Amino acid sequence: MAQMTMIQAITDALSTELKNDEDVLVFGEDVGQNGGVFRATEGLQEEFGEERVFDTPLAESGIIGMSVGLSTQGFRPVPEIQFFGFVYEAMDAVSGQAARMRYRSGGRWHAPITIRSPFGGGVHTPELHADSLEGLMAQQPGLKVVIPSNPYDAKGLLISSIRENDPVIFLEHMKLYRSFREEVPEEEFTVDLGKANVKREGKDITLIAYGAMVHSSLKAAEELEKENIDAEVIDLRTVQPIDVDTIIESVMKTNRAVVVQEAQRQAGIAASIVSEIQERAILHLEAPVLRVTAPDTVYPFSQAEEVWLPNYEDIIEKAKQSINF
Amino acid sequence: MAKSRHQELGLTDEKVLDMYRTMLRARKIDERMWLLNRAGKIPFVISCQGQEAAQVGAAYALNLEEDYAAPYYRDMGVVLAFGMTTRDLFLSGFAKAEDPNSGGRQMPGHFGQKKNRILTGSSPVTTQLPHAVGVALAGKMEKKDFVSFVTLGEGSSNQGDFHEGLNFAGVHKLPVITMVENNKYAISVPLDRQVASETVADRGKSYGMPGYQVNGNDPLDVFAVIKEARERAVNGEGPTLVEAITNRLTAHSSDDDHTAYRDKEEIEEMKKNDCIMLFSEYLKEQGVLTDDAETAMMKEIDDEINDATEYAENAPYPEPTDALKYVYAEEGGE
Repeated sequence: MAQMTMIQAITDALSTELKNDEDVLVFGEDVGQNGGVFRATEGLQEEFGEERVFDTPLAESGIIGMSVGLSTQGFRPVPEIQFFGFVYEAMDAVSGQAARMRYRSGGRWHAPITIRSPFGGGVHTPELHADSLEGLMAQQPGLKVVIPSNPYDAKGLLISSIRENDPVIFLEHMKLYRSFREEVPEEEFTVDLGKANVKREGKDITLIAYGAMVHSSLKAAEELEKENIDAEVIDLRTVQPIDVDTIIESVMKTNRAVVVQEAQRQAGIAASIVSEIQERAILHLEAPVLRVTAPDTVYPFSQAEEVWLPNYEDIIEKAKQSINF
Repeated sequence: MAKSRHQELGLTDEKVLDMYRTMLRARKIDERMWLLNRAGKIPFVISCQGQEAAQVGAAYALNLEEDYAAPYYRDMGVVLAFGMTTRDLFLSGFAKAEDPNSGGRQMPGHFGQKKNRILTGSSPVTTQLPHAVGVALAGKMEKKDFVSFVTLGEGSSNQGDFHEGLNFAGVHKLPVITMVENNKYAISVPLDRQVASETVADRGKSYGMPGYQVNGNDPLDVFAVIKEARERAVNGEGPTLVEAITNRLTAHSSDDDHTAYRDKEEIEEMKKNDCIMLFSEYLKEQGVLTDDAETAMMKEIDDEINDATEYAENAPYPEPTDALKYVYAEEGGE
């Protein structure tokens, strides 16, 4: 076992799959010699050559469009979108093309593409760098959307994503890239897509989160414990499809839930989870299911970030509101 | 005796007759589609009429057993040359379950047929260009000899994907042949309101590839240029941009009335220069085709179209529940 940061675990996963499968290709802006702006692809071009790990021109739509073409020839492209807000330039290629190859060809073609991209707030990058756009992606049938919260999951989920036969959006929260290390096996392993992880067991309330908000939720749970509130914390790991079974099982036990997302409140993953809970477990609820989210504004400038982003105190407040309902 | 133009190009009499037959099939299928549309039997038509010479001339210069095509919605001539059948096209027109393009899931003109190496296409224009570039990159990496042939209208050459795709192809010297079928209208918007450069072919220079303008009304001229482009591509000399000047003889689609933005004289003039008529005249001048042979050819095509229409009309629609299929891989499936 090795101690790895999340970025190291991601590089390790890419390296593992480049070794395992010669059809895997890694490319994007600055991913070659430079090793990526966050160093996610560091050393990969040197090890696997310029044919399999390469720089593209600065052209997001072209990068994803070309990935679709490559995938029709049996390749497994793993393109990088340098910051996830830049995916708007490639939205047609992602949602109009890659996501629909299987559907519109009646199953004759499919697009096993894994689009990796950094996103997320708290590192003083403003709008379009930090935006949480997973809700937009999750609304597109044909795509899967994966968001790891720790180095171990990042490696296992990324390997699973690359092996997946449908297009996967793999979102890497920038704040988690180097915030901590943990033990990650050096050998290959997978974490199944579509399976949530109960990070902390509890009996009084369920906190449902993903990405960086898993850590805020765990911190909130620790604080709540001091006040004898025993919170269960679920890390979704995949937001499309959502592991509704794990959520319902937990809510049936705790009878209360708070859904936490870093994204704005409107539409989104949290709203979808609230709906699932009320449809499947309303008679088990002791209180309305509450949400902790960012406000419905454009992702703000650096000085406003700490106030704008949801934090563990917001989670504690909502959890207490639920308990005291 | 001096060689004829087609012989100079290495085309046998048999081959040019075959080209003519394919052009004629495209035209006749298209005309039938309009009739079916006006009779209320099929929902939509988007025509190839006037562009068959460019489409068929180009396709016959390719290796139809190995090359890939990423066509656009007018390319009935291209897909017929690549092996799509008349029946396949009517199944698409009627949106029946057996339609090999999409199983009736897309509009007519959204061609795609894996077994004939025709990439599935989408509705926003020019999205096929980066796909074709990806296919070419795959071919280059795997050291295969195929080329990737992609077509679009001149209006589509204004999309960002045109720039992004061709630039990448130019940087990596990929075996891509891009043919712009310039019919001078993007639905209703004329060329001088669409393209700032003098020609579309001029744009090739900025992508590091030659750009040729060719008379798209003459299949032999187009054949010559595409043949040369293919040789360049397989010799590792990189991509080529071809602008074929064509005419759109019909309205944009069955839902459009082009007399709203085109003069009667202009439409009449185009019809006098119909590429099918001109090629027929050429073949007759050369003694390759006779009136009798042409009549027999038309009869054969009409019979084929009648059979295909009847078959497609009677074929079952997809079940509504089929709409739930092929969104994600089946458990354990590819």
